[in-house]
Amino acid sequence: MKVGLFIPCYVDQFYPNAAIATLELLEKLGVEVGYPAQQTCCGQPMANSGYEHLTGGCNDLFVDNFAGFDYIVSPSGSCALHIKEHLHSHDNEQAATGIRKKIYELTEFLTDVLKVEKLDAKFPHRVGLHQSCHGQRGLKLAQMTELTASPYSKPGGLLNMVEGVELIPLTRSDECCGFGGTFCVAEEAVSAKMGKDRVADHIQNGAEYITAADLSCLMHMEGILKRQKSGVKVIHIAEILNGVKEPVA
Amino acid sequence: MKNHAELSEVFNKDEQRVNWHDETLWFVRQKRDKATHQIPDWEELREAASQIKHNVLSDLGNYLEQFEKNAVNNGIRVHWAVDAQEHNKIVHSILKRHGISQMVKSKSMLTEECHLNHYLEDKGINVVDSDLGELIVQLAKEPPSHIVLPCIHKKKEEIGDIFHEHLGSAKGEADPQILTETARIHLRNTFLSRRAALTGVNFAVAETGEFVVCTNEGNADMGAHLSDVHIASMGIEKLIPKRKDLGVFLRLLTRSATGQPITTYSSHFKRPRPGQEMHIILVDNGRSVQLGREDFRNSLKCIRCGACMNTCPVYRRSGGHSYHTAVAGPIGSILAPNLDMKQYADLPFASTLCGSCSNVCPVKIDIHEQLYKWRQVIVKEGYGDKKKAAAMQAMAYTLSSPKVYRLAGKAGRWVMKHTPFAVNNPLNPWYKQRDMPEAPKESFGEWYAKNRG
Repeated sequence: MKVGLFIPCYVDQFYPNAAIATLELLEKLGVEVGYPAQQTCCGQPMANSGYEHLTGGCNDLFVDNFAGFDYIVSPSGSCALHIKEHLHSHDNEQAATGIRKKIYELTEFLTDVLKVEKLDAKFPHRVGLHQSCHGQRGLKLAQMTELTASPYSKPGGLLNMVEGVELIPLTRSDECCGFGGTFCVAEEAVSAKMGKDRVADHIQNGAEYITAADLSCLMHMEGILKRQKSGVKVIHIAEILNGVKEPVA
Repeated sequence: MKNHAELSEVFNKDEQRVNWHDETLWFVRQKRDKATHQIPDWEELREAASQIKHNVLSDLGNYLEQFEKNAVNNGIRVHWAVDAQEHNKIVHSILKRHGISQMVKSKSMLTEECHLNHYLEDKGINVVDSDLGELIVQLAKEPPSHIVLPCIHKKKEEIGDIFHEHLGSAKGEADPQILTETARIHLRNTFLSRRAALTGVNFAVAETGEFVVCTNEGNADMGAHLSDVHIASMGIEKLIPKRKDLGVFLRLLTRSATGQPITTYSSHFKRPRPGQEMHIILVDNGRSVQLGREDFRNSLKCIRCGACMNTCPVYRRSGGHSYHTAVAGPIGSILAPNLDMKQYADLPFASTLCGSCSNVCPVKIDIHEQLYKWRQVIVKEGYGDKKKAAAMQAMAYTLSSPKVYRLAGKAGRWVMKHTPFAVNNPLNPWYKQRDMPEAPKESFGEWYAKNRG
């Protein structure tokens, strides 16, 4: 099994530790991982702003980079969902269709493909799990509170395999953090208010760390935590699952 | 005119009020959850409703004709209105023919959409809204901010002030029971003195030619039963094929709306009582255009429960008036651009695409996916934000070329690390309430080349 590692643009640029943790975790679990050096972005920033017609270049690049892998894994539910729903290629639609079917978000891949049942990791902290919307409602990583259906959580299940993790309950377990791509600047007032409310829920319920399968949400909440000079930190789920050796600075 | 972002910014100036508005509507969402989670086959019920509406929309012309035929046989006078103006004219002509200058009206979002009250006022006709929430916003000279809870944006003290000014309640009186009693007395007099009543329509049954009006206050019934002339205004998408389909829709409607098992009154109107005139106005007003838009056709399945508003994290923190259209919230944001793409170009962008709206929708409209699709249409038709266009071109150029991307990344991180003021300044909307991420010393790509390359 050869897995292509897709590291979204902003993770590559701003959160390399989450990407390193994803790579190391997959390798520890015996997966052969390739990282195509020419990758950039899934195209979502343009598409969600109404400019899907400008994503042709990104799409072709993505197909060139990833068509040859058995699976493509990304530490971002949002970017994985965008590829799954919107990747098309004028020149090679067959390859694009193949990619749409074999792209996975990290916790989904660990749960559904690798069927991970135990992890060698320790993280003795109270952790709040933020359910990022695109991962949860788009990729169905966890049950949604709106539906009348049995509960489950792929990221939650994995976190429970980590020694010392205490998952805290949230008052609103799956409300959006308000990032929303360009929404975060175009609708600044509502976006920031949503972020403040989300962060407050974690703090009130005693979180030391907020984790998620999407760094876009975490970046948003981190920006608010830092502005509030809060001691609560954000950490990508891959870093917890990979076993953080040192406390995150 | 201000757009959604600007109106939301105004709404967010009073954070305590935003918290109150958010909590109030979240409470309704929780009541909805409690009610729906008690129905084991809830998801099947939603699917059934969605399929019934799918059938209706696929054969709307025939269902409408069937309904018209049966309604006429029942003694109801049926009118067809192509748009809001024609609808308003029809209402006025009926009133004029009877020499009526005062009308009582129960909840009808369609008449809000058509701006009927203003139209009739200009013609010298007095309209009193009899739904309590509608009456409050009417007295306050405001549009409703929510399709089910029209005055949800008002606190009880503010309602007390309005009633003191208009209905003569004691100054400072804010007890909901007393205020409701005040409205009741006022409305009782209105019901007794009005010869014409207008109601909305929740469901029109094609096989029987009857229509169903759902209220909690019985105000539609009071108006209709005491009037000489009953006018019912309905959008052409309100049809259901059979009476038995109500067994699906009535179970869904109020659980989704307020968490009640059913509305207090689900009244069937089939024929006028002796001596009464009953009219139905079938209104298109853009619906057949929407029916022709394949990507957006499903929006016509809407039964106006308001669940998507209560669950929407943006609506709860921006208020219904920030949508500057009769039907606010997620559903309004996919309906309004059909009516006027330029005026409502901002609405499909007033969302994070979190998808909660689609999950609560009792007829399973893919609301958040339609928001995404409307964004594409609006930009292509040239109604997008002009400032964004250049940025998007630059972004697409950068992200299409790995070489340019790496250079830009280096430059971007260098800027953030060495000149934080360039990014962390108040001109950057991100920075108003949030800090920027710290720039790492190298990207993952650079780390990988060094360590694994």
